[in-house]
Amino acid sequence: MRSRFQQGLDVLKERLLEMGGMAEAAIELASECYRKRDGQLAQQVFEREKMINDSERHIDELAVDLLAMQQPMATDLRFVLAVLKINSDLERVGDLGVNIAQRSLDLIQEPEVDVPVDIARMTTAVSTMVRRALESFLSGNADVAHAVLQMDSIVDRMKDEAFVNLVTKMKDNSENVRPYLDVLLITRYLERIADHATNIAEDVIFWVSGADVRHNAMRLSEEFDPDAPRSR
Amino acid sequence: MGVGIEVKDLNAWFGKAQVLNEINIKVAPNAVTAVIGPSGCGKSTFVRCLNRLHETVPDARVKGSVQVGDIDVYGTNTDAVDVRRRIGMVFQKPNPFPTMSIYDNVAAGLRLNGYNKRPELDQIVEDALRSAALWDEVKDVLRKKSGSSLSGGQQQRLCIARALAVQPELLLMDEPASALDPISTGKIEELIFQLKTQYTVVIVTHNMQQAARVADTTGFFLLGRLIEYDKTEKIFTTPSDKRTEDYITGRFG
Repeated sequence: MRSRFQQGLDVLKERLLEMGGMAEAAIELASECYRKRDGQLAQQVFEREKMINDSERHIDELAVDLLAMQQPMATDLRFVLAVLKINSDLERVGDLGVNIAQRSLDLIQEPEVDVPVDIARMTTAVSTMVRRALESFLSGNADVAHAVLQMDSIVDRMKDEAFVNLVTKMKDNSENVRPYLDVLLITRYLERIADHATNIAEDVIFWVSGADVRHNAMRLSEEFDPDAPRSR
Repeated sequence: MGVGIEVKDLNAWFGKAQVLNEINIKVAPNAVTAVIGPSGCGKSTFVRCLNRLHETVPDARVKGSVQVGDIDVYGTNTDAVDVRRRIGMVFQKPNPFPTMSIYDNVAAGLRLNGYNKRPELDQIVEDALRSAALWDEVKDVLRKKSGSSLSGGQQQRLCIARALAVQPELLLMDEPASALDPISTGKIEELIFQLKTQYTVVIVTHNMQQAARVADTTGFFLLGRLIEYDKTEKIFTTPSDKRTEDYITGRFG
């Protein structure tokens, strides 16, 4: 094995996991900002997002260098391609963390209202998806990645329920729609983060097994061979 | 037009040492097939079995069948010299006849076969040099310059022209660009791409990027066995066999 190349792959993996950690922290902080109505936490989310953006550029450079200098093949090629895509997904997770923090700052400015949505539960589900997706990347375990895919529909259902409940609230409180609209947007951002976690899991499956499961292509198909090698 | 190849249960030996084991492969007409694998895996022996060059080595022998278009390569009534005439081969090191002019190098094969009609010969030489993408560079010095006076890349294209002049049904290339600089290599690869409109090409290469660039299908050989044979994009993105994966990712051994 080319040691310089292997080092490059290892560095790429470490940097992406570091970035994943920052993205997880951004979600956590944005969620706390909402829950505690603490504007200081929003500032921390904004700082994290800058670090995530720097990280995205750095990982892109590392990956492009590896592609140009080492011409990876097969599993290594799939790994680098997966890293490039996961990199974009994590950058978007950072942006969505900022969006949640911004909506939370708006909410702080407004009188507290009774919200008919369990944001904490939804955040836990979304954070778990991101963490599991990153764990599947860390261990190259497609089974864990497949479990993440199954969770996406749970978050979708939470968002749909939240939509119905919040629209009802807005109808009943038409003079004070804004806070409910902010919460509705937060549920939308959380659902988008879950979609990015799903993308990451799909990319891990592609890296590990070569299977393209995007857009349900093979997820529930009999073509998917459960005995195919899925761990690395 | 190129012809298809069908190899069945091909085995080859040098003395008592078996170097190819039960090779079975089908190649479509007008396809470029790359043969890859580590040194000593049998890839050169494999292509040398396709045109009966293997048996020119003392104590070397072959068992199995090779069908190239309508040629039963190892048929009892098949003449080995005729097979080699109909299946062209280009080697790693350009080997033009050093004292012959460029023209005579290209015409050599035809003359050996008794073909000597001047106007037609001129046309065939021109066509072969054009097909080998060398005509524009040598058309003014065809008879003035010797084959060995050309650059390495030009010499290799001259050898390709020499092979094409006899209108082979299949073109075998054994690491044709491994001794060439990147520009000459690029020209040979472009040429291979052009040639497949008229010929079936089998190329042995140590350069996996080259295989990925030029070949429609790729076969991976290891220890005299064909481990995997599939579309090139499949071999280089999602190979089925772990040994193929280990080789192309450099984890081999």
